[in-house]
Amino acid sequence: MDLRYTEEEEHFRDELGSWLVDVLPSVPPPPADHTDLAARRVYDTDWQRMLHDAGYAGIHWPDEFGGRGSTPTEHLIFLEETERAGAPYVGVNFVGQLHAGPTLIAEATDEQQAAHLAPILKGEHVWCQGFSEPGSGSDLASLSTRAFDDGDDYVVSGQKIWTSFAQVADYCELLVRTDADAPKHGGITWLIMPMDLAGIEIRPIETALGSGEFAEMFLDEVRIPKTNRVGAENDGWRVTMVTFAFERGTAFIGEIISSQRLLADLAQVAQKVTRRSGTGWDDIGIRRQFGQLDAELDALWSLTKRNVSQAQRTGMVGPGGSVFKLAYSDLRKRMADLAEQVLGRAGLSIGESLDLSELDHVGERLYTLTLTIAAGTSEIQRNIVGERLLGLPKER
Amino acid sequence: MDFELSEDQEALAEGVAALCEGRFDIGTIRAMTDAGLDRGRWSELADTGVFALTLPEVDGGVGMGWAEAVVVFEQLGRTLVPGPLVATTLAAGLVGGAADGSTVVTSVERSTGPQNLEHVAWADVVVIVDDNGLWTVPAAALGGVDARQPLDPLTPIRRVESLPAGVQVGEAAAAAAWRLRGALLTGALQLGIAIGATDLAVSYAKEREQFGKPIGAFQAVKHRCADMITRVEVLRAAVYAAGCTLDGNGVETPERAVAVASVLAGHSAAACGKDCIQVHGGMGYTWEVDAHLFLKRAWAHDLAFADSDEAAEELAADLVRLAAQ
Repeated sequence: MDLRYTEEEEHFRDELGSWLVDVLPSVPPPPADHTDLAARRVYDTDWQRMLHDAGYAGIHWPDEFGGRGSTPTEHLIFLEETERAGAPYVGVNFVGQLHAGPTLIAEATDEQQAAHLAPILKGEHVWCQGFSEPGSGSDLASLSTRAFDDGDDYVVSGQKIWTSFAQVADYCELLVRTDADAPKHGGITWLIMPMDLAGIEIRPIETALGSGEFAEMFLDEVRIPKTNRVGAENDGWRVTMVTFAFERGTAFIGEIISSQRLLADLAQVAQKVTRRSGTGWDDIGIRRQFGQLDAELDALWSLTKRNVSQAQRTGMVGPGGSVFKLAYSDLRKRMADLAEQVLGRAGLSIGESLDLSELDHVGERLYTLTLTIAAGTSEIQRNIVGERLLGLPKER
Repeated sequence: MDFELSEDQEALAEGVAALCEGRFDIGTIRAMTDAGLDRGRWSELADTGVFALTLPEVDGGVGMGWAEAVVVFEQLGRTLVPGPLVATTLAAGLVGGAADGSTVVTSVERSTGPQNLEHVAWADVVVIVDDNGLWTVPAAALGGVDARQPLDPLTPIRRVESLPAGVQVGEAAAAAAWRLRGALLTGALQLGIAIGATDLAVSYAKEREQFGKPIGAFQAVKHRCADMITRVEVLRAAVYAAGCTLDGNGVETPERAVAVASVLAGHSAAACGKDCIQVHGGMGYTWEVDAHLFLKRAWAHDLAFADSDEAAEELAADLVRLAAQ
């Protein structure tokens, strides 16, 4: 066990660090109106293009697919340094970078890879995810969007939900049912759906935070060429599972760093807020909560390094990703509770906290509610951990 | 950066696990409740090098690092090996006979007034720790009265009216190192206890049937077990990181890394102990099932070497100090 970085890893960090220092001043501030998805697309894809031109796009993708072919540890360093430097977040490129791209690398034909991988890395194509349905959330495999065989095409009808950024996406990784008689996991197919096909209707869904990146998608006899199928017909469940480990493996690395920043900022706020006796920071109970949360964040950063080291050795992201997500999402909700305690009445408005902080602790408090739901609810994660890590029997 | 155990570290863990399971089976351990510390088994631990693990080879030790010590103490905790393991290890090289197992050493933070001390009845020497240094006193010279029923049946307790000055064996720096290393090794024991409690609960959840199924199939039980292993893995990361850091293979200060482990250790081990009892239902509250032994040991360790509240306060103070820089 050695937590120190090698010379090569430190060199990578230094090089990246100086590039960030050079370019970040030229990056404009993010769009002020966070409901303006078109502006968010421009902002996020411009950043992706800058990463690409500097050789940092697809950092964890193999080099034969245009990626940098970096090790998991370099990927960790990349996410750590970009977050510390305040670089733009992956944003609308999330699905392309972390789901669809890796799935195409693992499962797609040469033609499909040639058509899609480079544009994802260059920020030319934005992808969304057509997995969940109103009737198929945690029980994803029960999905009922139907694809009928019609010569060279599939004709697809159904409804998808939580298709974030569908409004500004070019392609959708779409799960459809091609065999309604097979057992539920056995009749699913993974398709590349261009978002400009006839029969696609997108309606935004407003989140509890008041933002509009959520959407639902209605498909009415959309004709998708069979050449857009990835993997074999009815083998889509297996194809899908390739992407899920990716999501849980790396999606939250940067969040540890931003959480540490939030916690440190909140400690500053606690010293400014006056209460009946002294400041929030004078309260030993509050201070201990800060120490507790700081310790947990530090431990989760170490846990991340264990998961990354395991990936480096085995090439696999194991159930360690689920363990991490369970602990992290719970921790962030408790951090949000502490923010509420510290802010007092300043916590009654979103995005402005009586000049106490530049950061939006109240918006973050709402955001933490998604953490135990998105990318597999904590209940589903506990099933995964219980069954795959501990070997407990399935309930059904 | 490679935060996985090396092959040597894995082999070390397996070796110690085999020793503990073979020579410290739960029957042998439980017998010490009435018979006191089994000095023969204690010597076997010493013969394997447990107490001399981090003592340099020139001083007759094994010369391994704190990361290796953590791996070893995790196994000792997991198998509920009793006795003042941490103090005896820290005393190796400082108190004659500690390293070879012939002298059993316990330790306590100096304070005034009557207090309960762990392991005095089993020990030969007591090391008293204060800000000015380390001080020894023969256990026989302490006086006091043994508790009739210690909280943990395998951590004997003696009520002592006051502590003598003792003979100085270390300066202030030695005392600081003692506290830091003691907190680290206690964290490793707590990690082992959390793992042992989780293993026991999970194996019971697979065997015990109700409503025609193993209870571990029900989400109410399965999710409790998932929470247990989650606590274990977070604590493991913190304790291993602290071990690496004390060896100079870390990326933060040893004090901070150990404080992180100390904040998590006591709560995580006790929570796993409680969950282990809950998964066992009524049987969990019986003397016969080992679940209570894990919980009680976790509670006893939570008072030794590190106070999780104090460690949390240190970290909080750091948060403000770092921001001020």
